[in-house]
Amino acid sequence: MSAKPRLGVFKFASCDGCQLSLLDAEDELLAVAGAVDIAFFPEASSRMEPGPYDVALVEGSITTAHDAERIHEVRRESKFLMTIGACATAGGIQALRNWGDSEEFVRAVYAHPEYIQTLATSTAIADHVKVDFELRGCPINHHQLVEVLASLIAGRKPRTPTHAVCLDCKRKGTVCVTVAQGIACLGPVTQSGCDAICPSYDRGCYGCYGPLKQANPTSLADHLVQLNHPPAQLVPLFRSFNGYAEEFRGVGDGMERRMKDEG
Amino acid sequence: MSASRTIRVEILSRVEGEGALHIHTENGRLEQVQLQIYEPPRLFEALLRGRPLEEVPDITARICGICPVAYQMSSVHALEMALEVTISPEIRQLRRLLYCGEWIESHALHMHLLHAPDFLGYESGIAMAADHPDAVNRGLRLKKHGNQLLEVLGGRAIHPINVAVGGFYRAPRREEFARLIPDFEWGLQAAIEATRWVAGLEFPDFERDYDMVALVHPDEYAFNEGRVVSTRGRDVAVLDYEEHYDEVHVAHSTALHSETLPERRCYHVGPLARLNLSRDRLFPEARRVADEIGFETPCWNPYRSIVARGIELVHAYAEALSILCDYRPFTPSRIAYEYREGEGCAATEAPRGLIYHRYQVDAEGKVQFAKIVPPTSQNQKQIEDDLRAWLPGVLDRPDKEVARMSEELVRNYDPCISCSTHFLKVVRHAR
Ligand code: SF4
Ligand code: SF4
Repeated sequence: MSAKPRLGVFKFASCDGCQLSLLDAEDELLAVAGAVDIAFFPEASSRMEPGPYDVALVEGSITTAHDAERIHEVRRESKFLMTIGACATAGGIQALRNWGDSEEFVRAVYAHPEYIQTLATSTAIADHVKVDFELRGCPINHHQLVEVLASLIAGRKPRTPTHAVCLDCKRKGTVCVTVAQGIACLGPVTQSGCDAICPSYDRGCYGCYGPLKQANPTSLADHLVQLNHPPAQLVPLFRSFNGYAEEFRGVGDGMERRMKDEG
Repeated sequence: MSASRTIRVEILSRVEGEGALHIHTENGRLEQVQLQIYEPPRLFEALLRGRPLEEVPDITARICGICPVAYQMSSVHALEMALEVTISPEIRQLRRLLYCGEWIESHALHMHLLHAPDFLGYESGIAMAADHPDAVNRGLRLKKHGNQLLEVLGGRAIHPINVAVGGFYRAPRREEFARLIPDFEWGLQAAIEATRWVAGLEFPDFERDYDMVALVHPDEYAFNEGRVVSTRGRDVAVLDYEEHYDEVHVAHSTALHSETLPERRCYHVGPLARLNLSRDRLFPEARRVADEIGFETPCWNPYRSIVARGIELVHAYAEALSILCDYRPFTPSRIAYEYREGEGCAATEAPRGLIYHRYQVDAEGKVQFAKIVPPTSQNQKQIEDDLRAWLPGVLDRPDKEVARMSEELVRNYDPCISCSTHFLKVVRHAR
């Protein structure tokens, strides 16, 4: 084994956006490539070497029986397994099937559903194997990715901030879109990482970095209802790219139950 | 007993997403070629149903991380047709600018990091950097400018957040754009150099009688509007697209294939198709470089698509620069609309070719139906057809070489396999 840490990039059900973030780190790419041994990264290189890997970046969610097995192989071959992006950390947008009838979904898209092998659910990697670190976002922030890789190369424990998007707005001096314009925004309950992009473009955060731990999304939802946002619109807001993450799932499902009870 | 040889290239590297190519020979004769994609289905067309229509550009972006803008542009135009919204010339211009950003980012990446290594014999752009540092660095810098434009106008490069049905959430400030101008001036020159560089590569002698299809606009190099025109003379309105092009879920095959109707033949979309059909509508800078390098159109050699990307890269830089320089902030950045029941469709030009969307929406502003035809599923049948034509000439070579060369042929199409909403894992039939 070479002295440089061996890196593998693995894809499950995803759009490739998160792993492409690595190629989007144009300024750092060649430096990173020099500091690690890119042993497996099929989207960037024809060279594909078997494990073991020191660091595995895992993108995408588990949606097929084959992938449910493959992730165990990746885990066995990898010392440090890091999930990248909402698909891998929460099931991604494709987890919307988890609320529907996935067979009906397949029928709606394909003329020959019998050729399609897919599971009824899209689930996060951590539901299947132990995950050592997770990087949030849809897509992840490539600066965060480079920082985390740099920490790992230096043998440090990686860290990413765990405050709300809301705080980044305050720091940037972005006027609150909810207070000023009454726009529904998930900033108070969404984890930082994007540098609060959406409010700086006059729109509400739609939670693509996933739920902030210890936040209270239910009280945010109640507050938005008081501001006249109909629950029928808030359910899809919570139930999107990170909709299957526990905290967001609870709010969406709770609101939907109440809507049904109230007829 | 028949001698049968199966070469499997398990993962096609340097294409977006993952796929496998199966080449089956019997008694030395080519029997079957299959580009098998094991992209797990994500079922976008189904999961869009019932969602608020405002979310469609955000959700469809997630079909493909390398061409999200193509999905956003196609979906907003289709929805605007359904809602009977007419956008302003200023919004239209900004959408062209956004598309320029994506073309720049995608073409610079594919040319320098994904495709050029094939011609020069490297396993990756990163490996190529050791011997060709200037070219790789230029590619990275060109790509970075595309991303920076997407960041300023779209909020971020992958899955921009600023695209709305009706326009943009916020129109950029003048100084945000002004900051980009010096880089784009450099980029225009660098793109010209890059095009000269790829024009000097050595191309395999391989030409095919393609039916090339692209959006054509009378006055401009088409991005978001036009008619769907083919090099064989088919010329149809976007509204009639589905009457002339059909997606088939082929038994024993690996993905949805698009075919022409009624012939059920393959066709070719992408930069070569656009250039063959709209060369005279390129920006002058791009036309000049095409003339200077002696690029002959129509061009039927798929390997030369790397040069076509170069010419389009020049076009995108030139057009972006002109829009950036002339820009004045405007209001409203977004045209207001009311919900109504309706249906709309749109075709636009993704970096890798024509993309088509159709939606039905209800009076509450919810999506009832969605159909999305990505460029790669349109090229799928063509790619297999190319392989069938090309493989017999090289079958006597060792497996490894045949595999590598096949991959290279596939990479000409810059296939973003993730961007195929339909690519699937199929039950295979053992023979
Ligand atoms: S998290 Fe978002 S950006 Fe990342 S792979 Fe999934 S869909 Fe793409
Ligand atoms: S503001 Fe929210 S939705 Fe927008 S990019 Fe940041 S986390 Fe994602």
